[in-house]
Amino acid sequence: MNNDLYNHDLEPDVDMPAEFIERQNRHSAKVSESADSFIPRRQFLKMSGIAGGGLVLAFSLSRSPRAKAAHHGESDSTEFSPNAFIQIKPDGTIVIAAKNPEVGQGIKTFLPMIIAEELEVPWESVTVEQSAIDAKRFGPQSAGGSQSTPRNWDPLRQAGAVARAMLIAAAAKTWGVSESKCNADQGFIINESNGKKLSYAELATTAASLPIPDGKTVPLKKRSEYKILGKFIPGVDNQALVTGQPLFGIDQQLPGLLHAVYVKCPSFGGTVNSANLDAIKARPGIVDAFVLEGNGVDNELSAGVAILAKSTYEAFQAEKALQVDWNHDPASKESWTDFQKQAREITSKPGKATEEQGDFSAAQSEAKTVVESFYTYPFLSHSNLEPQNCTAWFRDGKMELWAPSQTPQSIAGMLSKLLDIDQSNIEVNQLRIGGGFGRRLLNDFACEAAAIAHKVDAPVKLMWNRESDLAHDFYRVGGFHNLTGALDSKGRLTGLQDRTIVYTPAGGDGKRPVRGGNVRASNIQCPEIPNVRIEANSLPLQIPAGWWRAPSSCSLAWVFQSFVHELAVAAKRDHLEFLLEQFGEPRWLKKGKANVFNTERAINVTKLAAEKGDWGKPMKKRQGRGLSFYFSHLGYFAEIAEITVDSSNNVKVDRVVVAADVGMLLNKSGGENQVEGSVIDGISTLADQEITFENGAVKESNFDTYPLLRMSAQPNIEIHWLTSDYSPTGLGEPAFPPLAAAVTNAIHQATGKRIRAMPISKEGFKIV
Amino acid sequence: MPTISINVNGELREISDIDPNTPLLWALRDHLQMVGTKFGCGKGLCGACTVHLNGAAVRSCSIPISEVDGQSVTTIEGLAAKAHKLHPLQDAWMEHDVPQCGYCQAGQIMSAASLLSRNANPSDTDIDDAMAGNLCRCGTYKRIRKAIHSAATKGGAA
Ligand code: FES
Ligand code: FES
Repeated sequence: MNNDLYNHDLEPDVDMPAEFIERQNRHSAKVSESADSFIPRRQFLKMSGIAGGGLVLAFSLSRSPRAKAAHHGESDSTEFSPNAFIQIKPDGTIVIAAKNPEVGQGIKTFLPMIIAEELEVPWESVTVEQSAIDAKRFGPQSAGGSQSTPRNWDPLRQAGAVARAMLIAAAAKTWGVSESKCNADQGFIINESNGKKLSYAELATTAASLPIPDGKTVPLKKRSEYKILGKFIPGVDNQALVTGQPLFGIDQQLPGLLHAVYVKCPSFGGTVNSANLDAIKARPGIVDAFVLEGNGVDNELSAGVAILAKSTYEAFQAEKALQVDWNHDPASKESWTDFQKQAREITSKPGKATEEQGDFSAAQSEAKTVVESFYTYPFLSHSNLEPQNCTAWFRDGKMELWAPSQTPQSIAGMLSKLLDIDQSNIEVNQLRIGGGFGRRLLNDFACEAAAIAHKVDAPVKLMWNRESDLAHDFYRVGGFHNLTGALDSKGRLTGLQDRTIVYTPAGGDGKRPVRGGNVRASNIQCPEIPNVRIEANSLPLQIPAGWWRAPSSCSLAWVFQSFVHELAVAAKRDHLEFLLEQFGEPRWLKKGKANVFNTERAINVTKLAAEKGDWGKPMKKRQGRGLSFYFSHLGYFAEIAEITVDSSNNVKVDRVVVAADVGMLLNKSGGENQVEGSVIDGISTLADQEITFENGAVKESNFDTYPLLRMSAQPNIEIHWLTSDYSPTGLGEPAFPPLAAAVTNAIHQATGKRIRAMPISKEGFKIV
Repeated sequence: MPTISINVNGELREISDIDPNTPLLWALRDHLQMVGTKFGCGKGLCGACTVHLNGAAVRSCSIPISEVDGQSVTTIEGLAAKAHKLHPLQDAWMEHDVPQCGYCQAGQIMSAASLLSRNANPSDTDIDDAMAGNLCRCGTYKRIRKAIHSAATKGGAA
């Protein structure tokens, strides 16, 4: 069956932060001239005459040919700094720039690996340097939506290959032989006819004098020739990390640094009537305290009280002594309890179809078996281990920031409007980030730091404590799904209906879902169901919503993969066979569109997981084996969880088998780390995480009420990669979505209990 | 405000002009500019701030500086006994590529080092018990366990 429900493009700004990032990048004036396609047009530029000499290649996003600048052997250092993508120094050192923010996804290592591979150098000879934030030189720089891999794959391979081609040309020129007789091999060019070789360092100066070939025409290596990609390559910052060197946003030091806290209304959107500022200023170590009105935009500057102190501790203590008379009129009055009641009521009644195929009611009335279930999951916080923070310094009309941000390029535009500073006077430095998970796609912390720094004559480090981090997140929205499934006499799934809630921003037109809050028929990922009906009832939401790890997929995978299992059980059919039936024939529902479902890849990973996960083998009493599949962020993942449940409903996840297809694994170490982390995150989330709120304020305040999984609860994790010819895609997210249903389906097998509310602690189960 | 003297990583450090209730964590970070020790929760719940006080792993966010006056503190910056030779755990962490974001790892290593100094050959359960107070949001637990075992085999109590 060809299914139109699946042939839609992802909704900008909603389903994937990637679209948001793209849009933000476009807004940045510097890129707008050239960001006209998915991967902006690039050309390469050489710079010779840099300090120390050698060959330097940089991307340029400019359309006008600038290669000339390279020809006079002088670098135009104001426009193209030596901090380019590749730099080959005469001493043999190869410096490769890492362009995107490192949030733990390993990008600071694997993007340079792509360049080094095509450049054909030993990884050991490479020094990686974090790049500046500069769209002109580095193109889009962001971390989100697992987009960095697909977006950089071609341009970075070309960057390496162009340099290699120039080194080959340099050697051919030196020896007076044809280029076809010269081969690149691990930092040398070898003369095929006589075995002579020249090092890249020896060739760098000659190479720098040659014309730059078009990146699209240079030959790229075959995968079978790879020496770096696919290997276990440890992170480039490891030594600094294990010896405690300053790397993170929170580690930023500057002379005369002041430490700031920024206190906002516990109920979202509240503003400041008054505060005991004089008493605060009289405290020891307090340098200043003032109110900022803010602009009322939740991801920019909310109203609050800034306190500046000589030390973080004094700032934190002053926050405790701060008394604010909040104006609650504009604030959220929302309550999780009320939301739940409201949603139950709305989704229990027929609504308007927002997407439809076939005739669900007919399927329902003709069905042999009808299954009705209500699934619900809570709001979640990102809870990065490094609380939000940012350092800003305003001097001589210029604002400089040190921002642990997943979208550093969007900061200058925002601040320019907020503080009326010309974008050219705003400089953003990127720092290693202690966890992203989507939280730092939004730059509220950077706006706060800059707005505070704008008012004082010293550099300011804004530090959130854990409590403010949990209280002022952009939450993964909770959800409600009243599902009905229709099975015919042969146990085939003939219809599925989802009566659900889609939150829309309060005060808006009610048409666009909140960030990461959409529900689409394609999320069911069962293209063979002939009759599908989605009733997405919109409800306004003032609590800030945000993209979480695998936005929307992180919750919807659990709902639909649980319900499909539930239906398989009702049909008295094997879950694996039933699930495969929903995929139908192996095919790509929209050929060439990477974000549209490919059932062949789904079938392959599902079968692989089943095989490796001992599907069908008998289990002991109170043990269970659960299967789940999901396609998200361009990656295909099937997972099997094996669990044991004791008589007190303590659940031990014994083993998780993951089968994955992301085209090709770029870094075995970093890639597997992401999958292992996603599995742990999945268990952590389903165990006992829930954000609740009353009167517009979040109740959970620290890791005692919002727990993370501990060491002892980790399962054995086995990962099986299915290599396919598709372009490699990202791993920050897609391993996460299938996990929860694999575990809850296993709990059903072990105990007969179907989990329909998350976290499982609500249903009396405990992860141990 | 009294002057506090502590021995940090073998060096005597004096801190004056400090509120005696300042947690050791912030004294290290803000007053001594040693930022390897991290802040995660401020309440002894996450372990990101773990250091050694007289050889034992403690949560530096929950100990006032006044209580460590005259005592010895080892932080991640001083874990390697010599500048050019890392602690076996640090080597194992790099070899197994434990970090994801890396933010929790200083605390993880400090807890692990304290474990190995007491128990040269810990079992999985010993490791789980000793590391129970250290959270990793990125979920690097499998590799932490592996790295501790691997350091132990290489005489990790060093
Ligand atoms: S910061 Fe000390 S335990 Fe979390
Ligand atoms: S590596 Fe990120 S918190 Fe542990």
